[in-house]
Amino acid sequence: MREAIDILDARRRQVHTKGAQPFQLDCEKHSVAGSVSQRACVFCGSRVVLYPITDALHLVHGPIGCAAYTWDIRGAQSSGSQLHRMSFSTDLREKDVIYGGEKKCETALIELIGRYRPKAAFVYATCIVGLIGDDLEAVCRRVTAQTGVETIPVHSEGFAGSKKDGYTAACAALDRLVGSSESPPPDGPSINILGDFNIAGETWVIRDYYERMGVNVISTITGDGRVDDIRRAHHAQLNVVQCSGSMKGLARLMKQKYDIPFVHVSYFGLEDVSKALYDVAETFNDPAMMQRTKRLVRDEISAVMPRLRRYRDALQGKKAAVYTGGAFKAFSLVRSLRTLGVQTVIAGSQTGNPQDYQQLESLCDDGTVLLDDTNPLELAKFIDQTGADLLIGGVKERPIAYKLGVAFCDHNHERKRCLAGYEGMVNFANEVYSSVCSPVWSLSPRKQHASSVKRSIAPGPLVTADAGLPLNAKVPQCPTAATAPSPGSDSQACGVCQLKAHCSGLAAQETETA
Amino acid sequence: MMTDQGSSFVATRNACKMCTPLGACLAFSGVEGCLPFLHGSQGCSTYIRRYLISHFREPMDIASSNFDEQSAIFGGQNNLSIGLRHVLESYRPKAVGIATTCLSETIGDDVSMFLNEFRSEQAGNTDLSIPPLIHASTPSYHGSHFDGYTEAVAAIVDTLAEGGKRQDDLVNILPFIVSPADLRHLREIVHDFRLTPILTPDYSDRLDGPPWQQYQRIPDGGTPIDMIRRCGTAAASIQLGDTPTGRTAAGILAAKFDVPAMVLPMPIGVRASDQMFGVLEKVSGRPTPQHHTAERGRLVDSYIDAHKYIFGKRAIVFGDEDFVVSTVGFLAEIGIQTVLCGSGGQSGTLKASINRIEMGPSEPPRVIEGVDFEDLTEAAADVHADLMIGHSKGYKLARQLGIPLVRIGLPVHDRFGASRMLHVGYRGTQQLFDRIVNTLLEQRQDISEMGYTYL
Repeated sequence: MREAIDILDARRRQVHTKGAQPFQLDCEKHSVAGSVSQRACVFCGSRVVLYPITDALHLVHGPIGCAAYTWDIRGAQSSGSQLHRMSFSTDLREKDVIYGGEKKCETALIELIGRYRPKAAFVYATCIVGLIGDDLEAVCRRVTAQTGVETIPVHSEGFAGSKKDGYTAACAALDRLVGSSESPPPDGPSINILGDFNIAGETWVIRDYYERMGVNVISTITGDGRVDDIRRAHHAQLNVVQCSGSMKGLARLMKQKYDIPFVHVSYFGLEDVSKALYDVAETFNDPAMMQRTKRLVRDEISAVMPRLRRYRDALQGKKAAVYTGGAFKAFSLVRSLRTLGVQTVIAGSQTGNPQDYQQLESLCDDGTVLLDDTNPLELAKFIDQTGADLLIGGVKERPIAYKLGVAFCDHNHERKRCLAGYEGMVNFANEVYSSVCSPVWSLSPRKQHASSVKRSIAPGPLVTADAGLPLNAKVPQCPTAATAPSPGSDSQACGVCQLKAHCSGLAAQETETA
Repeated sequence: MMTDQGSSFVATRNACKMCTPLGACLAFSGVEGCLPFLHGSQGCSTYIRRYLISHFREPMDIASSNFDEQSAIFGGQNNLSIGLRHVLESYRPKAVGIATTCLSETIGDDVSMFLNEFRSEQAGNTDLSIPPLIHASTPSYHGSHFDGYTEAVAAIVDTLAEGGKRQDDLVNILPFIVSPADLRHLREIVHDFRLTPILTPDYSDRLDGPPWQQYQRIPDGGTPIDMIRRCGTAAASIQLGDTPTGRTAAGILAAKFDVPAMVLPMPIGVRASDQMFGVLEKVSGRPTPQHHTAERGRLVDSYIDAHKYIFGKRAIVFGDEDFVVSTVGFLAEIGIQTVLCGSGGQSGTLKASINRIEMGPSEPPRVIEGVDFEDLTEAAADVHADLMIGHSKGYKLARQLGIPLVRIGLPVHDRFGASRMLHVGYRGTQQLFDRIVNTLLEQRQDISEMGYTYL
């Protein structure tokens, strides 16, 4: 007999089942002590955002753990400098805690800047620095004066809020760089790409779309980021913000200071990436650009649809649980899964706000369990209750799924495979398919026990078509080495009804594939 | 002989260590039904969980008292008490292992007092039974993950062990950080001497277990608490590793209950394993069982069969100090010369321990304590090494040097089977030996035009 897992009283209002009662979900609360939250801290939020600025020096001011656990952990790629992949720490010791760490921090910065000649330096304050009261502003001012390399403090003391507050601290640090270049603005329509982190080369994929539309990309903040580009970012006519939780702060600051409008987008799933490109094209109000955009969307969708349809046939009727860092990605995942015939039965995030959850609820089917800042016990409980076949989350969620004999797909900053854009959707479908349909689950005790679970293992051809580990997948190329990708054939597009809003009038006829 | 203390750089660049609370969490995971609990801010538990999951690929629930600014200013007592209530309610642990972080240590939280007050507050609460609460003081600015581990094992024994009539068949086995496969093998060896081991900690099942039919709040496995209570009555304590700087479980048991402490190097290699088997012979009064001597014989035989392919090769060894010391000793006995070795740890004894090793025809290596990977990179530039032996973090340097890395110890997060890697005893040495020989042969085969198809 199963032993019921209860929800802690203090967390009951952060769990909601759609349709069971009127919608109400508590969120944006500090994690309940002892709840084994999947969330990280303020420092983590800042580190995530600033990490992919590749030609900057990133010094973690604190004991070794904070730097050790963030050493080269993310899949943010660079087309040039690899300095961001180094892990620098002041590795504070007892005497620094007693006498203060300013001197050590300053000496460390000066020698690191001397050795690595970065374009700028970020210094992250950790818990302990907040406590011992090191004046990082003063340290950074002195180092900037002495070295000529702009040195920027990041106020990311771990205990001073949640991961979201770390995003704010990172945006404040970036704000110091933006607008500090005197180079002239480029000709033609121009944007900044905000909130894409170039995981597995995703920024390159997105950048390529915009360039094919005829849009200049001034800076990519922060994926494959460059300090000099960020200094010029104020010249852009539009900020295109993905991962709104992390970078909306910077977009807002740039709206106030430079009157640059911004749009929210997502690059995950056919629907959302198409909408992103159309939204940007609409902003520039240029019929030729809109034409180019329509062609791009049509070509890309034509190229991927036949492949996706075969995955959908294999996955139809499966159920998924989605637990992401930000809520915005959860929307895209629910839609993407629907494109693949997979129903979302659990959806949640670490940091959603009330509007996010309202939108998430309206997107999901009745019976879907919504979770804010959940923990392993709750996730396991609801996976069990809903019979989910798949969990999408980060590394900390993986063993929960595997222990229960449930497929898992990594969709956080550590993933090694490009999941953004059109080709990314195929990679995503392949990854979901190759886990959900793996024969290994049939041996797991839970599946053997639940005889009612229907198993379907798709046969060979699909495996040979797109299967394979990330090594074999189509890998975005570093732009410095890339040739122009060949556009899709002239075959017709859009076989997925959810895409009609964005593809109607282009080519509605479904393509039958061999 | 060259020895030194690392570079003069103030910053640590690509650390060769992890933080103190990580080690404590690992140790607490080796006690049956024990939930690790970090007293500090949220991020520490999340990072440590994430890091250990990559190595062990198992659930790693670590609770946190989730400090906010208020707790940082006014103290964390309230958070600790709420957090404990919540974990007792939802996880129903048989023990809670509480490790402090740099944050709670620096504001001066008196955790022992908080725990006493928590116990007396809850004394009348019949709904909530309070299991043992084990407290390890682990400020991360003091030592490394290794010290956190040592301190937590000491705290486990200090909190739980009781005295009593001496049990001749009972022996405390106190290994430092090894793999689940190593822990299983150690248990088996001790049983083979018809002794009952109290292996503390023992995360072999918890961090390397089967999939489940239903979710386990806390996975099965771990040293039973009742057994740890009996530590004080054991015939002896065998501590496997000789570099800790702080208090040790073996030391506590000797001081409190007069349990003789035998401190040995980690048993990697024939000689180091012989030492462990010798001690077990002494404690049990029985000779080493035949299948172990047979294993030893086969190991020595394989040394002989393979010696031509490895003699004189040059190795860089890095990682936890005990691993480094024992690996250097093992390499010396098979004719591989360690040219450089380093550890992120700073016990101050590494150099002396390396000096005690019988080096045979080899020159002693250069030894660097408190090393990071940039120090190691600089030192490695002109040593002309053929291979590296250490954990996954050495990959970048191995790639740069164009030499293979044989992965041992913690963390191994870029290969499968970290939990199944055996390092200790004749059997563990055999596996390690075969991996090293085959790694070198593979490289030789790869670069040879004709390939080496027969040896």
